[in-house]
Amino acid sequence: MPEVPIPKEKWSGKITEVPLSSDISVGGERGMPFLSYEGLGRRQLVAGEVIDDPEIADFCKENPVDQAKAWINECGVDLICLKLLSTDPERKNTSPEDAAKTAKEVIDAVDVPVIVYGCGNEEKDPKVLEAVSNLCSSERLIIGQANENTYKSISAAATANGHGIVAFSNLDINLAKQMNILLNDFGVKLDNVIMDPLMAGLGMGLEYSYSVNERIRIAALMNDRMLQPAMICDSTGAWDAREATDDNPLWGDADERGMWWEVATALAALMSGADIVIVRNKNSAKIVYDAIRDLRGE
Amino acid sequence: MPTAIEIFKFLPKSNCGKCGFPTCLAFAMQLANQKVKLSACPFVSDEAKAALESSSAPPIRLVSVGTGDKKIELGEETELYRHEKKFFHPTCYALTIQDTLSETEIDSKLNEFSKLEFERVGQILRLDMIAIEDKSGNSETFSSVCNYTASKTDLPLVLISSDDQSMKAAASLISSKKPLLHAANKNNLDKMINVAKETKCPLVLKESDLSELAAMVEKAKAAGVEDLMLDLETSSLQQVVEKNTIVRKNAVKKTFRGLGYPIITDARNVKDPVQTAMVSTMKYGGIVLLEDLKPSQALPLFVLRQNIFTDPQVPIQVKSGIYPVNNPTEGSPLLFTTNFSLTYFTVLGDIEKSKIPAWLLVVDTEGLSVMTAFSAGKLTPEKVAKSLEDVDAKTKCGNSPVIMPGMLSRMSGKLQELSGMNVVVGPRESSGIPKILKNL
Repeated sequence: MPEVPIPKEKWSGKITEVPLSSDISVGGERGMPFLSYEGLGRRQLVAGEVIDDPEIADFCKENPVDQAKAWINECGVDLICLKLLSTDPERKNTSPEDAAKTAKEVIDAVDVPVIVYGCGNEEKDPKVLEAVSNLCSSERLIIGQANENTYKSISAAATANGHGIVAFSNLDINLAKQMNILLNDFGVKLDNVIMDPLMAGLGMGLEYSYSVNERIRIAALMNDRMLQPAMICDSTGAWDAREATDDNPLWGDADERGMWWEVATALAALMSGADIVIVRNKNSAKIVYDAIRDLRGE
Repeated sequence: MPTAIEIFKFLPKSNCGKCGFPTCLAFAMQLANQKVKLSACPFVSDEAKAALESSSAPPIRLVSVGTGDKKIELGEETELYRHEKKFFHPTCYALTIQDTLSETEIDSKLNEFSKLEFERVGQILRLDMIAIEDKSGNSETFSSVCNYTASKTDLPLVLISSDDQSMKAAASLISSKKPLLHAANKNNLDKMINVAKETKCPLVLKESDLSELAAMVEKAKAAGVEDLMLDLETSSLQQVVEKNTIVRKNAVKKTFRGLGYPIITDARNVKDPVQTAMVSTMKYGGIVLLEDLKPSQALPLFVLRQNIFTDPQVPIQVKSGIYPVNNPTEGSPLLFTTNFSLTYFTVLGDIEKSKIPAWLLVVDTEGLSVMTAFSAGKLTPEKVAKSLEDVDAKTKCGNSPVIMPGMLSRMSGKLQELSGMNVVVGPRESSGIPKILKNL
């Protein structure tokens, strides 16, 4: 009988392990996603999205602490991603000090790791994240997103307080690498960096992200050190697609469709190399969590 | 494909010219480019023929199911990752009808299935196949339901039965429609191979152990049945990823040629059918068999397939023209952008977010993004002015301005002059659109 060989690739590189707390880490894969015969690494994690501005949408009308607790109690998510969108000067323009207090309350209220994001405004984010990092210096925390214009003050604060950072780049393997090189040159240890190469939602350019992620993973496994940080993908971009949320009798139940829209986005992120996926919907979170276990044969 | 030099080794090297080329090397080069057939050489040995045919055969055999417009083709894939070139044949989805259903029930199922059709960026996304399952265990019932369904749909069919007698009866009745036979297993292998041979229908071989499966493939090939698909009996997402990858990678890397056939994933009885379909779509699945699919599941699944199977060299383009956003009226501002779908969706999303009524003009840039189109001369003030005129922008906007992508600021003067309209330079990033619209 012919013996079918297992075409295991002899990779020389490995994804860097990043500790999120004293007992939870991500990364460490030695092969392409979910190939146990190449080396699975740490389990991929699901982060529940919490937003501090109730005006953004219905799902964040509770206060951030209650939102975070609901994630833990109802879904048992692995971690929380707190987005301090109210700090946006175009919205409430919450002060860095007040935003930091919110972050501290959330961190104190849950016993899972927390990732804290600013609002994406390049002038405000460094101030907000610095305040967050300083106020929460006794805790392990990941702050972000740092981009090429904001990384200096964000990573300086993170380094001083022993925090990790999320490095953002705009859907391009070269930009992702450039971002990590900048951080490395600035003295940030890359085992304290998680990269976010921008996950485009389903139907909104998902295929670009899928291929950028795969190329990053392949380069990392071929031992390009500057592309070896673990990867975080934000699947909540899925909700920007009108097909995810619009009522249309031909498209079926909108709640269920939106859930699958986000699940498809998260699965594409995971299949292309994500170590952490951020999700918005609790039902999608459960499905994605189960899928990760099933993908790992657990 | 072997190279010209590899082919040349097998040729007689006599330079007789009978093939129409002056030398054997010239002929070899044409062969390597697939411009001529090996049979043009009258002196090639049988041994050489066999060797060349097997090494020039595609790593994964092309197998088709059904007939007519809706015929599906799978196989002939050459890549592990879509960025290396592209994935050629999109995954096909089949939904199931049990042969225990009445004709009325079948009609209503088919009617439900036909609703799974959506139009998206100029493409029709729809269900590809219908599977008929032998649940009755009765050969006559199965045949008559297959026959009835075949008369009611032009979608390719999958016949599901492990009983060779039932399969034979049904397949013979509708063999002209070229259904896919699912499936031969270890126990019925010889008989099922015979059914496939007699009916000339493609056959699925089903076995979880890949080495056993390769032995079954050899047996089928020896009997002259080559239109095969493989059911790897994957029962978890991990197995889908791992087994599909082993089969695909061995084929395209030529580390093992015996399993070079399209994969069929049976997701009818798994715990999580939709997730299985999604993972199989991303990881080399040819056909996914499903019990059922609601529109709310079908649309995301079909869009995922559309995304994954997009040719990385050819961006999806949106139809150029004017799009109303947030119910604009005469006098609403107009924004223009390129017809690269990603740019369009981003800009559209940001205008929607602003909740301010506006017109969105999509200029045909052959699928290039703003900066690329500008650099390539596909987005010139002349072209934008012409597009503005074509859609009668002056009437649509009234006194409101035309907002242009911030990256094109240097052409604002020229555009203002050519169009005779009030041109405002917008943000460099689409995310700044709500702000500028609110501040108009």
